[in-house]
Amino acid sequence: MYRARLFAVRHARAFECIYQRLERLMVTLDPVFARIGYNRVERSVALIERGVKGLLFDCQMCGQCALSSTGMSCPMNCPKQLRNGPCGGVRPGGYCEVKPSMKCVWCLAWEGAERMEGGDKIREVLPPVDHSLKGSSAWLRVSREKAAQLRQSRDAAKTTLAQAFPGARENEPSTAPLAPEPPNAVNREAQR
Amino acid sequence: MSPSSSDFPELMRGYETPPPGHVSGSRLERVLRAGKFAVTAELNPPDSADPADVFDAAQPLGEVADALNATDASGANCHMSSIGICALLTRAGYDPVYQISCRDRNRIAIQGDVLGAAAMGVRNVLCLTGDGVGVGDQPGAKPVFDFDSISLLRAIRTMRDQGVFLSGRKIARPPRMFLGAAENPCVEPHQWRPDRLAKKVEAGAEFIQTNYIYDLPLFEKFMSRARDLGLDKRVFILAGVGPLASAKAARWMRSNVPGIHIPDHVIDRMEKAAKPGDEGKRLCIELIQQIREIKGVAGVHVMAYRREHQVSEIILESGVLKGRATVGGRRGRGAGVPTA
Repeated sequence: MYRARLFAVRHARAFECIYQRLERLMVTLDPVFARIGYNRVERSVALIERGVKGLLFDCQMCGQCALSSTGMSCPMNCPKQLRNGPCGGVRPGGYCEVKPSMKCVWCLAWEGAERMEGGDKIREVLPPVDHSLKGSSAWLRVSREKAAQLRQSRDAAKTTLAQAFPGARENEPSTAPLAPEPPNAVNREAQR
Repeated sequence: MSPSSSDFPELMRGYETPPPGHVSGSRLERVLRAGKFAVTAELNPPDSADPADVFDAAQPLGEVADALNATDASGANCHMSSIGICALLTRAGYDPVYQISCRDRNRIAIQGDVLGAAAMGVRNVLCLTGDGVGVGDQPGAKPVFDFDSISLLRAIRTMRDQGVFLSGRKIARPPRMFLGAAENPCVEPHQWRPDRLAKKVEAGAEFIQTNYIYDLPLFEKFMSRARDLGLDKRVFILAGVGPLASAKAARWMRSNVPGIHIPDHVIDRMEKAAKPGDEGKRLCIELIQQIREIKGVAGVHVMAYRREHQVSEIILESGVLKGRATVGGRRGRGAGVPTA
């Protein structure tokens, strides 16, 4: 919902706090998820995530949530799906080039980031979206990724993508994941 | 018997190592690093399969430009591909700027094209997000936008400096490219534009070509903030300029081409002119002369859509070359490092 999206950006600082707590909770739960099996919880968590974030942010379940780095304005709502916006086509008044009745997602993002404590994360270059992760839970991914980071940070230098976008990997691990993906989290349609 | 590289000595010139302190063998890079006020020009891509149409379009621009930009379906309108134009231009001895838009191709196509372009002698690349498909001649096309301009910069820099694709696969001979990006200082959100420029530099941009500048106070504000961020020391900024044809054309551009800001006083001036074409040229020359005085501007990028015949007069009358020969011209006529 467009109005909920605007609300989220206006209250970016509050949502930042909520998100930080949620993230801590998810990381704490990592051993539990690992025990049950990430594969088993994937579906139900993804369902809840879709409902909550869909309502608040018009979430499209890219599976690579970067809200904390984008002023709580979801970049997947940008018609060009930019991960590092805004583009040069913004209309007077800060409206979208492609959908003139909509406020530019990235103008909102920079506005929201200014309200946030960790708003400077927006200055970090984000990698392109991995489309094979669409539909999967970014929350579980953060849980796995942050937990894995805590366990062995030495693995962090493994893949080239993560090396190419080190800051993004640190701020938004789900955008450049390294931990093994459970089969349920991978969209096989997209991989075929 | 299959041909080997030694059968085509002319075509198979080795992949030269960049001069010390340079990232590419680009002549534009040499001019900029030598501290000269650089001139680049946008080539109007033909709707044709005839190479002669490319050379005809390049000829008047090459006389006064250090490098020629080959646009990649700008405004989402279909024309000859930028990589095709670049390949022709390098053969004729020009120094092309290969524009890549993220609108039409995904990461597999783009990374492959970068290698192809480098193999054809292309040494400058301009990374663009691209206009939406809706404004172009085929609005039903599927928009790709797999990369955005900034992740594209980082991807090519990774290919060049680390010698690998984003997948991690090794590249035997990495592409030696001078990395460029666009910037649009005169459109919203004005306060964040310099910060986004900083992101582009962080991602790998080494030169910037801006969109049209008609609003000098806005541009000056942008440059002052860019200087505060120390960006003028980290990236070469070329300001975009171009002659307007008439007040009507200016109004049309303002409302139909994404990302173009033309203040009312400029349109008024065009309206009052007896000969709008000459007035547009005069205005462009004045802008160039004022822009070159702004600290941190390293050159100008001339985009004279359908007014290419005016480019050489504009540059020569503006006096920015100070009599030096440009290096965009064909081999043997001003090619190589300028000595002046």
